[in-house]
Amino acid sequence: MPSSDLPRPFADWFAARGWSPRPHQLALMATVQAGRSALLVAPTGAGKTLAGFLPSLVELAATPPGKRGLHTLYVSPLKALAVDIARNLEAPIQGMGLPVTVETRTGDTPAHKRARQIQRPPDILLTTPEQLSLLLAHREAESFFAGLRTVVLDELHALVTSKRGDLLSLALARLRRLAPEARAIGLSATVREPDALRQYLVAQTPPPSAEADGTPLPVPLPDLADLVVATGGARPELRMLDIGRTLPLAGHTARHAMPAIYALIRQHRTVLVFVNTRLQAEYTFQELWRLNDDTLPIALHHGSLDASQRRRVEAAMAAGQLRAIVCTATLDLGIDWGDVDLVVNVGAPKGASRIMQRIGRANHRMDEPSKAYLVPGNRFEMLECRAALDAVEEAAQDTPDARIGAPDVLAQHILGMACADAFDPPDLYAEIVSAAPYATLSWEDFEAVVDYVATGGYALRAYERFAKILRGADGKWRVRDARVAQQYRMNIGTIIESTHVKVRLGRQLRGKPGTVLPRGGRVLGEIEEDFCETLTPGDTFLFAGEVLRFEGLAEDECLVTRAGPGTDPAIPSYAGSKFPLSTFLAARVRAIIADPFEWDRLPRQLSEYLAQQRRHSVLPGERDLLVETFPRAGRHYLTAFPFEGRLAHQTLGMLLTRRLERAGLRPLGFAANDYGIAIWGTRDVGERAALAPGFVEALFDEDMLGDDLEAWLDESAMMKRTFRQCAVIAGLIERRFPGQKKTGRQVTISTDLIYDVLRRHQPDHLLLRAARQDAATGLLDVTRLGMMLRRIRGRIIHRSLDRVSPLSVSVMLEIGRERVYGEGADEILAEAEAALLEEALA
Amino acid sequence: MALASRLEKTVKGTDLSLAGEALSLDRTGALWLPGHRTLVVSDLHLEKGSAYAARSGQFLPPYDTRETLSLLHEVIQRLDPACVVALGDSFHDARGPERMEPGDRAMVAALQEGRDWVWIAGNHDAAVSEGVGGRYCETLALGGLTLRHEPRPGAEAGEVAGHLHPCGKVSMRGRSVRRRCFIGDGRRLVMPAFGAYTGGLNVRDAVFEPLFPDGFTAYLLGDGRVFAIGRAMLGKA
Repeated sequence: MPSSDLPRPFADWFAARGWSPRPHQLALMATVQAGRSALLVAPTGAGKTLAGFLPSLVELAATPPGKRGLHTLYVSPLKALAVDIARNLEAPIQGMGLPVTVETRTGDTPAHKRARQIQRPPDILLTTPEQLSLLLAHREAESFFAGLRTVVLDELHALVTSKRGDLLSLALARLRRLAPEARAIGLSATVREPDALRQYLVAQTPPPSAEADGTPLPVPLPDLADLVVATGGARPELRMLDIGRTLPLAGHTARHAMPAIYALIRQHRTVLVFVNTRLQAEYTFQELWRLNDDTLPIALHHGSLDASQRRRVEAAMAAGQLRAIVCTATLDLGIDWGDVDLVVNVGAPKGASRIMQRIGRANHRMDEPSKAYLVPGNRFEMLECRAALDAVEEAAQDTPDARIGAPDVLAQHILGMACADAFDPPDLYAEIVSAAPYATLSWEDFEAVVDYVATGGYALRAYERFAKILRGADGKWRVRDARVAQQYRMNIGTIIESTHVKVRLGRQLRGKPGTVLPRGGRVLGEIEEDFCETLTPGDTFLFAGEVLRFEGLAEDECLVTRAGPGTDPAIPSYAGSKFPLSTFLAARVRAIIADPFEWDRLPRQLSEYLAQQRRHSVLPGERDLLVETFPRAGRHYLTAFPFEGRLAHQTLGMLLTRRLERAGLRPLGFAANDYGIAIWGTRDVGERAALAPGFVEALFDEDMLGDDLEAWLDESAMMKRTFRQCAVIAGLIERRFPGQKKTGRQVTISTDLIYDVLRRHQPDHLLLRAARQDAATGLLDVTRLGMMLRRIRGRIIHRSLDRVSPLSVSVMLEIGRERVYGEGADEILAEAEAALLEEALA
Repeated sequence: MALASRLEKTVKGTDLSLAGEALSLDRTGALWLPGHRTLVVSDLHLEKGSAYAARSGQFLPPYDTRETLSLLHEVIQRLDPACVVALGDSFHDARGPERMEPGDRAMVAALQEGRDWVWIAGNHDAAVSEGVGGRYCETLALGGLTLRHEPRPGAEAGEVAGHLHPCGKVSMRGRSVRRRCFIGDGRRLVMPAFGAYTGGLNVRDAVFEPLFPDGFTAYLLGDGRVFAIGRAMLGKA
């Protein structure tokens, strides 16, 4: 399309740069100018952001300034991205001399500027989902947004899969009401099925109620935004790193590959080395520096490092001063960091979309191929890398599952809406069900959430007189007072960081080993309180690129000293990978294993390994579940290979352990990884299976998701953590802010106690339902486990072996590496008690 | 765990003697004085949930009073005490009794039926209002024991107190277990909080040092029984 489709200053501006607008940029503009909402799907480097703002800039250029209010709202998942976009917009605006004002509004925006923005809004405001919710809860929201014409949602594919996406969908529904003329533009990386995102962008029509005689009416097709797809873009050059030696069967460190990665860094201008966990980042950083004889500038970037340190690394990267950054998902999204010419992904890819996103960080020009290497940490990860290579080759992606909106997020939103203005329940309900995640919310469930917001939603009506929102004679609900509104503002958001504690370097007193000055050294960063809790003085661990020795906790700070040179970190922490293997990639891995003709494409060591497994035991078909039982060193083992990711396997392990316990088979513990589980005990499951045909099938029956699951959920620590998050989001308990000190034993009530009391007295309470809904997809991945159990029904292959098989070795190696489950609190206490006796007898 | 089972047989972690009196530490956190057929529970903090709702607008599940009383009911059924002593901070605040649901009030009355019931004054409920039965006192002497809410450094041997909500933490092989506990040194015993919403203060906190200058043993409330843990095995914070 010729650039003459653009009005004058724009056409000239493009021409002066030797550019011409891309087809998708013009197509999107046409759609938006026609008053329609649209999803733009484009690979990195395709000029997505400019495409998103072009319609607004053209409109603003044609409107005389002065009488304008807020015209365009841009929402990004990252604060830094909003700031970066503001900078990038300056070029065209100043270049064309457009009278357009652009401002950001984030948590860092000072109060006076916020107030001014409400009074005199810019043309374009760049912000985050949380800040948008706060704006919508403002008393001035109605007039502030009345003239809004465009909403741009960036990185939409990353936003919609979380509770933040739920919150944003509700904000969008409110915006549609305040500014019915506004069009929504979603910007997304390539997704396989864009319809979920297209639904998200526009109001959904509620399903018609049944006919008078009760016959249900046909459900209408979902409402969809227009779709604009950017075509073209060079295929990435993606390879698996071949280091010419046999990989271990387990472990994720990829220690063996470090010299090769270092060589790649030497050969390239700037390399991004992506890893899956913070600990892996620490490890990789340290190993690379061990090899760094040329003292190349190699930096480290992850979410736990001190913010100022991260900013320094980012600035150095932007200035082209670094040769490599070892980083985690913190750099997955967003900002262009200088001239990256190679991406290296260490460890399993875990998902096709994730790997695409990471590859896209190299070379932000669409027409040149991005170059990337996948570095498997073990032989199984080789399989996963192969599956990911295939997926990228076919441009196939994981599909983000459309979410069912979380009730705790809805509770937060409803309180916010009451803060903005009195609401009439039927009106608010209609608005909420127009948001795709909440399209199926029933009136009764909506009322239950309103009741929760008002008085806690308890069967025992104890808090009527303290209600947070009150219903007036006009039927409308209003917020009780300014204090409640203040509470809402303080607790906004869906991101519940696990509580972090500062890591401070203490000074060892000379001549007094074990004595550390409590204050003194600098702060290295922050670590999760949960992790810190498990440390005992003297433990060594990796952090901020160093081996540190834990000395103790002092005033909510984790006090450490530098461990002596050559010390190995003793606490592995999360050696595994944080992201579970995606369903999509898992299916591909199973398909490769099942088909020996595929093996030609695998590295030789891997095909030989699979052939050994076939000789020794059997290789399962694509939809089968292989279960092996065998004795080893005085214990009996059961292994199974569902390939459904670590979270689902941990849940499976807990449930199987309960069943084995009940069958009198005395399980002692289990370990899980992304591919399978191993359970051990004092009795032979294989022998029982021989005596009772169908025993193994019964063990894996779907009914384990009934009572067994319920019973386990009641006491699961992960369930309690999930409940805590729901309780904070829904405002039952207040957020703890970093730096805020615990001020004594009676100030905070442990959510574990609340959980225990609530589930005994009102098991169907809204927040317990919310926590169960989360458990289905979150930390416990129950949904995925259920799908697996259905898949394998009638397809279980059990082999009773006399010794461990090659496949089983891989999961056996996790034992001792990963935390062992099934060990009760009393066993730990009994062991500690035994120590007291030893002391007494000594 | 051969050692642990030996320990169970020889030491009998839950039976102690303090100032010549036999004590039994119940795994619910209650203290049983068989010689006096007296049951002691500390820091019930009844109506803590409703206190939060009244004060800060946080709507914690309003079932904590019911929960605490149910647990107390279970212990009373099991031991059938002639006397029950609530060792202070029985209500979370002085207005707690007013906010109590009628059903919970009736439950207290039923528990008091046929036995002596003593409310010891605490710092939260120094002036418990009328209407919850039983009798009130600042301290109670029972044989060689002195029962009071707040422990006093340098107090006479045989002091049994509450107030501090002790809890202990054991970390081992990447797992940590945190439980309420009794803490004692043979001269004095500080009881765990019994209430459903009561938090804990780590026994390694400096507050405990003047009370137990020569060291202590913590008795952690496990799922199945009480575990005696030495100071060396107890983690800070």
